[in-house]
Amino acid sequence: MPFLQVQDLKRTFPAAGGGTTTVFEGVNFSIERGEFVCIIGHSGCGKTTILNVLAGLDTASGGLAIMDEHEIGGPSLERGVVFQGHALMPWLSVASNIAFAVRSRWPDWPRSKVRQHCQQFIDMVGLSGAEDKKPAALSGGMKQRVGIARAFAIQPKMLLLDEPFGALDALTRGTIQDELVRVVQATHQTVFMITHDVDEAILLADKILLMSNGPNAVIAEIVENTLPRARTRHDMHHDPQFYRIRNHLVDFLVTRSKQFQTGELERPAEPLTVRPGVDAEAHRSIPDAAPAPRAAANH
Amino acid sequence: MTPRREIFAAALLSIAFLLLILGIWHVATLPKVEAAGAADEYAKLMGKGAKKSDGFPAPSQLASAIAKHIADPFYDKGPNDKGIGIQLAHSLSRVGLGFLLAIIVAVPLGFLIGMSPLFRRALDPFIQVLKPISPLAWMPIALYTIKDSSISGIFVIFICSVWPMLINTAYGVASVRREWLNVARTLEVTPLRKAFLVILPAAAPTILTGMRISMGIAWLVIVAAEMLVGGTGIGYFVWNEWNNLNLTNVIFAILVIGIVGMALDLIIGRLQRLVTYAE
Ligand SMILES: Nc1ncnc2c1ncn2[C@@H]1O[C@H](COP(=O)(O)OP(=O)(O)O)[C@@H](O)[C@H]1O
Ligand SMILES: [Mg+2]
Repeated sequence: MPFLQVQDLKRTFPAAGGGTTTVFEGVNFSIERGEFVCIIGHSGCGKTTILNVLAGLDTASGGLAIMDEHEIGGPSLERGVVFQGHALMPWLSVASNIAFAVRSRWPDWPRSKVRQHCQQFIDMVGLSGAEDKKPAALSGGMKQRVGIARAFAIQPKMLLLDEPFGALDALTRGTIQDELVRVVQATHQTVFMITHDVDEAILLADKILLMSNGPNAVIAEIVENTLPRARTRHDMHHDPQFYRIRNHLVDFLVTRSKQFQTGELERPAEPLTVRPGVDAEAHRSIPDAAPAPRAAANH
Repeated sequence: MTPRREIFAAALLSIAFLLLILGIWHVATLPKVEAAGAADEYAKLMGKGAKKSDGFPAPSQLASAIAKHIADPFYDKGPNDKGIGIQLAHSLSRVGLGFLLAIIVAVPLGFLIGMSPLFRRALDPFIQVLKPISPLAWMPIALYTIKDSSISGIFVIFICSVWPMLINTAYGVASVRREWLNVARTLEVTPLRKAFLVILPAAAPTILTGMRISMGIAWLVIVAAEMLVGGTGIGYFVWNEWNNLNLTNVIFAILVIGIVGMALDLIIGRLQRLVTYAE
């Protein structure tokens, strides 16, 4: 059994004029231990809702999610969450924000051990020297780093990230992405991450879930990232696989993501697993796999 | 930041206004020199000289009254003649006790109302009806049930302080950002830790704003309450001096009430700044 198994997940909300709208249904996927999974889809398709169900902050209307052989029924220290808008407590310093999480995880630890543990993760995200600053005194990138350090510091079994770099400028995003790659490789962390940046997904993910547009969204495809794992932002586009994968993703977002609603494409019961990097068939629909300009999904 | 020059200019202007007011006051209360006549002769005979004042104290008289009160603020010559320091201490202790009681009641209750929509709906009608009642209207009931004028004063302070604190606490608690609560939930924080380490600091600026409003009202009300029930306190002092027709002391007391009120506001303002966070 995989580390995380999501089965037939469904979420409905009461609609404005009575009745219900189904945001997504029949969502099936799994994540192996140590795997990095990204989910891509247009805004409003239900990515955050799925993540909240995995975090235990929201309850599904149907189906279930099983992590490490236990059904997810509520929030847990086993799962660390990096929120879309950093969610730091503005009255606490950087170190205290992280210490708050560490003390929640290990209430019996003495003060010195807590401090030492926090320092390790502050150093990890490159914030040494900013320990005593309040979040208001930090840049957007630094705040997001604190959020990441806080989630890593409780050493959860799985990390959930909701568009963690969405609000950052390209330069800062690049630096933090590199850091995340480094930290994840060092800790073998299992990660589920939402992004709307195709390049980011290719850089970070082992597996990319493609979500069709909502309402009634599904996970339409699972794209295996066949690029060698030791990849960096600077060299990954030299690999011919990169543009095949990238074009496949962009093509999904631009065209196929909406064709499930119009009926042009049939909703799959189980998502199709494709390897556009190595299988010619998977990117058949895109005859010209030439380098495309940098694109991101609309959000 | 305001430039230093501007602060300096404002201070100069303030002093100028003060001097102007004192000047007008001084001129307005100058003794009127009347044409020499029988009255004048009579006055001379009575040893009062040629001066006749219309009774309103001059700035100089106030100055000497201030000097006298400050020189000996804590004398106690019976129930109707106590130093200003003693009277102030009485008023401040009533305000302090009433205010403290209000905090003890309003903050936990505000937490409850802020966290539970059910309680908010259930208690809202009571708050809406009780809030606009003048605290002095409670006085007869307080005097009848408590039978002690000093404790009745404390009760009146309590009842007027409790509403702004209650409403602000409930509002502050209800509007704690959802993402902070979600952080606490994902960290499996116990309810008590969540209340003290997340909700309380998040709502503290709003709660302190309520306290500041409460303290302002309490200081307004204590003077009126003490005038009503008598005995001790700065309000009673004003009333007593009015009965003695000593306007100089009344003006002095007004000045003291203003300064102490300002000081109380400054103290809570400091506390407020201490708990305020920038987002
Ligand atoms: N509490 C809610 N009540 C009603 N509708 C909601 C609620 N939360 C989310 N939705 C709807 O669910 C859909 C998916 O939202 P979300 O998961 O935030 O999308 P994404 O993260 O993919 O942009 C949206 O159409 C949104 O309007
Ligand atoms: Mg979202």
